[in-house]
Amino acid sequence: MSGVAFILISILTLAAALATATLPNLMHAAFCFVLALLGLASFFFLLGAEFVGLALVFIYIGAVAVLIVFTILLTRRDSKEHHGVNWSGVLIAFAVFVGLIWAVLKTQSLSIVPPHIRALTVRQIGQTLMTGYVWPLQCVGLLLTAALIGALVLVMEEKK
Amino acid sequence: MSSALDQIFVHAKHWLLSWIAGAPGWVVQIVSSLINIVALLIVFLTLFALISVLERKILGRMQNRYGPNRVGPFGLFQPVADGIKMLIKEDIVPARADKVLHFLAPVILAAVAILTLGVIPYGRNMTAFRIDGGILFFFAVGSATELAVFMAGWASNNKFSMLGAMRAIAQMFSYELPLIITVLPAVMVVGSLMPDRIVFAQGEYTLGIVPRWFVFTPWGAAAFILFFVSGLVESNRTPFDVPEGESEIVAGHMTEYSGFKYATFFLAEYLGMFAVSGMAVTLFLGGWHAPARVLEFVPSYLWFFGKLSALLFVYIWLRATLPRTRVDQMMNVAWKFMLPMAFTCVIAAAVWHYGGRGLRGWLWSLLVIVVVYSALSILLDTRRKFARRVYRFAE
Repeated sequence: MSGVAFILISILTLAAALATATLPNLMHAAFCFVLALLGLASFFFLLGAEFVGLALVFIYIGAVAVLIVFTILLTRRDSKEHHGVNWSGVLIAFAVFVGLIWAVLKTQSLSIVPPHIRALTVRQIGQTLMTGYVWPLQCVGLLLTAALIGALVLVMEEKK
Repeated sequence: MSSALDQIFVHAKHWLLSWIAGAPGWVVQIVSSLINIVALLIVFLTLFALISVLERKILGRMQNRYGPNRVGPFGLFQPVADGIKMLIKEDIVPARADKVLHFLAPVILAAVAILTLGVIPYGRNMTAFRIDGGILFFFAVGSATELAVFMAGWASNNKFSMLGAMRAIAQMFSYELPLIITVLPAVMVVGSLMPDRIVFAQGEYTLGIVPRWFVFTPWGAAAFILFFVSGLVESNRTPFDVPEGESEIVAGHMTEYSGFKYATFFLAEYLGMFAVSGMAVTLFLGGWHAPARVLEFVPSYLWFFGKLSALLFVYIWLRATLPRTRVDQMMNVAWKFMLPMAFTCVIAAAVWHYGGRGLRGWLWSLLVIVVVYSALSILLDTRRKFARRVYRFAE
C-alpha cells in the first residue's frame, strides 16, 4: 500500500519538478513548483512526520509560493524565445546531484527495510523545541521579527 | 437509547464496513475513507443548498421584502432551480485566458474548502479525518486558498480580475495572522493540536451549571470575537467583501467566470464559511457538547449543527446590516488592532492558567484584556485628527 503510494508520489513530484525546470511560461513553472512541494509534503506524511509535512505545506505553499508568484509578476519577463543552453545552470545542477549522491552513498545506515520508529507527536516536537532548542527558536523568532520590522520600514511613507 | 441515537452514524458506518470484513486491510481503509468523504459531501452540499435559499429569505425578511417564494413551498426548491440554471448556462472562457489555470482555480478552491471540513469533530466519535495536528492541517490547507485566488485572477487575463485577486490576497494575508494567533490560547490551554482533544477539554461544567467552554473565559471571549471577524474576512463576506466591490472592480477575481465555474466559486466561499464557523464552534463554543448537563440526551451532532447554524445566522445578519468597509480601514484594523489584541489573548490565557484556572485567574485575565483594549482604543483614537480630509488618488 505505502509502496504504491510512494511510487505514485515520486512520479508526481519528479514530473512536477521537471515541468518546473522546462516550462517556458514562468507562471506555469511556479505552479508546477507548488505541485512538487506538495509531493514532498506527502512524502513526509507517508513517513509519519505529519508535523513537518504540514509545516512544509503551510510555509511553502501558503507563503513562499505566493511570494514567488508575486516576484514573477513584478519582474515581468515572459521569455518565450530560448537563449540556448545555460551551461552554468547545468554545471551547478550536476554538482548538486553529485554531492547528493555522494552523501547518500556515504550514509552508513542505508538499509532497505525502514527502522521501526514511532511517529513523532506534535507534543513531543513542542517539548523538544521549548526545552533543548529554546535558544535557536528564540533567535529565529528575533530574526523574523527584525525582518518584519525591516519590511515595514521599507514601505513606510517618507514624511514630507 | 440516547447513546444509541448519538452514535447512530458511527454504527451505520461500522455496519457498512462489516459487509467487506473479509477484504484486505487497505481495501477496508479506502472504503472507510470513502464513506467519510461521501458523508461529508452529502451533508455540506445539502447545507449549502439550504443556506443559499435561507440566506435570501432571511435577507428579505430583514429588508422588509419576501425573498424567493416561487419555486416549491416557501421557495425551498430555489437551489434546484439555481443549480439547473447554472449548469445550462454558457461557460465563457476569455480568448486570451490561460485555459488550464482558469479551469483549475475554482476546482482547487472548492477542494481546499472540502479538505478543511474534514478535521472538524461533528459529534462524539465523528471526525472524518483524525490527525494529531488537526488544527495545523486546517490552516495549512486553508492557506492554499490564496494561491487559488491568485490563479483565478491571473489566468483570467483581465485587469479587474487581477486587482480583485490582489485585494483578496492582501486581506487574506493580513487577517490570517490574527486568525491563527487567536487559536493559540485554546491550543496552549489544552496542550494539543487535535480538535477532538480541544472539544473534550471543554466538556465539564463549573459548579455543575456553566459549561467550561472557552468562550466563557475573558481570553476565550476576546479570541472568539477576533476569530469570528477574521473568519468573516477569510471567507470574503460582507462587510469585508472588498475583493468583489461591484462598483469598483466588477466581481474581482470572479469577473471572467460564468456558468458552473462561477457556481463553484460560490460553493467554495460557502464551504469556507462553514469550515471557519465549524472551527470557531470547536475551539471556543464547546464543539458538540451540550450547554447543560440535563440536555445531554440530545445527540451530540445536533448540538454541533445547532451552534453552526447560529453562527451562520450571524453571518447573514451582518450581511443584511453592515455596509462594505474601505480597503485601507480594513488593513489598519488588521495590523493596528486585531494583531495586538490577538497577542493579548495569548498572554491573558497564560495569566488565566497561572492564576489557577479559577475565579482569580479569570479576573486577572479580564484585567489584562481590558487594560490592553483601553490602551489601544486611546492610541488609535482618530477623533482628534479630524482636521482636514486629504483625498489621495492613484499616484
